[in-house]
Amino acid sequence: MLRLERRPSPSKAWSYLTPIVAVVATMIAGGLLFYILGKNPFEAIRTIFWDPLFGEFSSYSRPQLLVKAGPLILIAIGLALGFRAGIWNIGAEGQYIVGALCGAGAALALYPLEAWFIFPLMIVAGALGGMAWGLIPGFLRVRFGTNEILVSLMLVYVAEQLQAAMALGLLRNPDGFGFPGSRNLQQYPSAFNAEIIAGTGMHWGIVAALIAVIMAYITLGKHVLGFQIRLTGEAPRAAGFAGVKTARLVLICLGLSGALAGLAGMFEVAGPAGQVSIDFNVGYGFTAIIVAFLGRLNPLGILLAGLLLALTYIGGELAQLTLGLPSAAIQVFQGMLLFFLLAVDLLTNFRIRLGKMEAV
Amino acid sequence: MDLSAINPVLLIASLMVAATPIMLAAVGELVVEKAGVLNLGVEGMMIVGAIAGFATAVGTESPVLGFVVAALAGAVLSFLFVILTQYALANQVASGLALTLFGLGLSSLMGQSYVGIKPPSTPKLDMGFLSDLPVVGPILFSHDFMVYVGLFIITGTWAVLKYTRVGLILRAVGENHDAAHALGYKVVRVRVLAILFGGACSGLGGAYISLIRVPQWTEGMTAGAGWIALALVVFASWKPWRLLIGAYLYGGITVLQLNAQAAGARIPVEYLSMSPYLITILVLVFMSADRSRAPASLGRIFHASN
Repeated sequence: MLRLERRPSPSKAWSYLTPIVAVVATMIAGGLLFYILGKNPFEAIRTIFWDPLFGEFSSYSRPQLLVKAGPLILIAIGLALGFRAGIWNIGAEGQYIVGALCGAGAALALYPLEAWFIFPLMIVAGALGGMAWGLIPGFLRVRFGTNEILVSLMLVYVAEQLQAAMALGLLRNPDGFGFPGSRNLQQYPSAFNAEIIAGTGMHWGIVAALIAVIMAYITLGKHVLGFQIRLTGEAPRAAGFAGVKTARLVLICLGLSGALAGLAGMFEVAGPAGQVSIDFNVGYGFTAIIVAFLGRLNPLGILLAGLLLALTYIGGELAQLTLGLPSAAIQVFQGMLLFFLLAVDLLTNFRIRLGKMEAV
Repeated sequence: MDLSAINPVLLIASLMVAATPIMLAAVGELVVEKAGVLNLGVEGMMIVGAIAGFATAVGTESPVLGFVVAALAGAVLSFLFVILTQYALANQVASGLALTLFGLGLSSLMGQSYVGIKPPSTPKLDMGFLSDLPVVGPILFSHDFMVYVGLFIITGTWAVLKYTRVGLILRAVGENHDAAHALGYKVVRVRVLAILFGGACSGLGGAYISLIRVPQWTEGMTAGAGWIALALVVFASWKPWRLLIGAYLYGGITVLQLNAQAAGARIPVEYLSMSPYLITILVLVFMSADRSRAPASLGRIFHASN
């Protein structure tokens, strides 16, 4: 009989190993899934994980890695701060949309003015928009005790409708012959979030993501806010005695993660996506949840996890082109990754022993 | 906008149809939460139920069989949640989210060849003279069988929770799992069964959307119904009869909103479509002041060694 024995303290070694074990397990289960779909599993796995980096079309797909990883990392960093404190913002997708709408709105309001301050203004507008959207569940939780999980998620659906209303109404391109969607910001030099170094995919959003990683690393390790976040997550009662103001922490975490998600949306809409359309969002806000957990809620881990998940996006597209693998298969694959991660995580906190339960 | 175009009898009849999917999912989740488990995977289980039921109904031409398979599919998916939370002792919030993300992906993978197909129609029951009664007939006695199955499940859940030994044990496990364990009740077994029941109900709710409410298959068609069901449980303060009221209120809002769209209200469609979600938030705000009704062990991990 197998039985579980709680470790006196979580295993360091396993906490580093579990993400790797989970990725390997997902590759095996994913290969099985691809086999069921009638594809060669080895070829599919190679197409997803190897070809985008070193294969035939890698000169095209390698820059995409940064383009996709940037928003994932930026959002996941914000989410991880909250998750560590037991504050569950799962509406990042909505904050991402609202940030994009505010950022693009700021630029489109000034069109066709060309000025140096437009892009910084868009950054501020995007961050504030996302922050405002994130603070709604925060404020409601603090003031009324409302569950932030449900409210932040409901606001995703509200944001999606708002996005459609904007693409069809206020932000619609007046020269667009009545088609939905805003002006293309890529053709508006002052607002275009262009590549900093051509051909690398490196744009300002990725710079922001890297800054966020460093700031979060310092905050969690050295700053009193990071200490309060960790304390609240690990021992809420002790945090109360230590003078942590939970309400303040809730607002900070939700506001901050909202602002980062809003920034991600703004950089995306001003760069790779180019315009506000009915569906420019592609679910980064939800995938970022997987990134946050796969990175063990640790900023450096999130950096690696973001790159890996970005790889599955690009590899998935490649597999769709070359092998005809359905795009939903990659979504299943990402979902499985989170499953395996949560399951394997058992080994961090427990030992598995053979034998009967000892009398306590 | 022409409000006189809205027929109150038809409105009430159609709100019962609109309410049924979230009512089914919510009553399942209510039982799960009463047992002390928070399963945020309702949305994922619903949508997998929706496509599983749809595919079966299309394949066999039998809506009834479709619902049976949908319930099974929901339960199978919820078993993944069982493995994670009851045996691997994983965080319930994260596991529920995983279930939803996985379910959304899985459903669109399963549903690829079913887009644009019409399912076999589910006949409305004909109860003879009862269905022919004015006003009462169309409102109460001329629905498809699932509306009555839903009402039966809700009544059954209420009776079992309130009057039976099984219900008492379930509530004990949800209120204080350590005490329940000390009394010799199998905490994990009770929870596993509750989660499977919740999964089956969610599957039924999902299939109701794809087979009767819409009826067709489109990706992501549950559109947050699972999350609204979760909010409904809070609204109902974990009481089945209040769940019924909440579901019908919600159904009424949805139907009114759709009628307003059809009647050509001057507000853009997108803002009307927001209303169910905004109202859900509003309801949560009003109902969350009193958290004392929540099962005391809700969301806590149980391991016999502690």
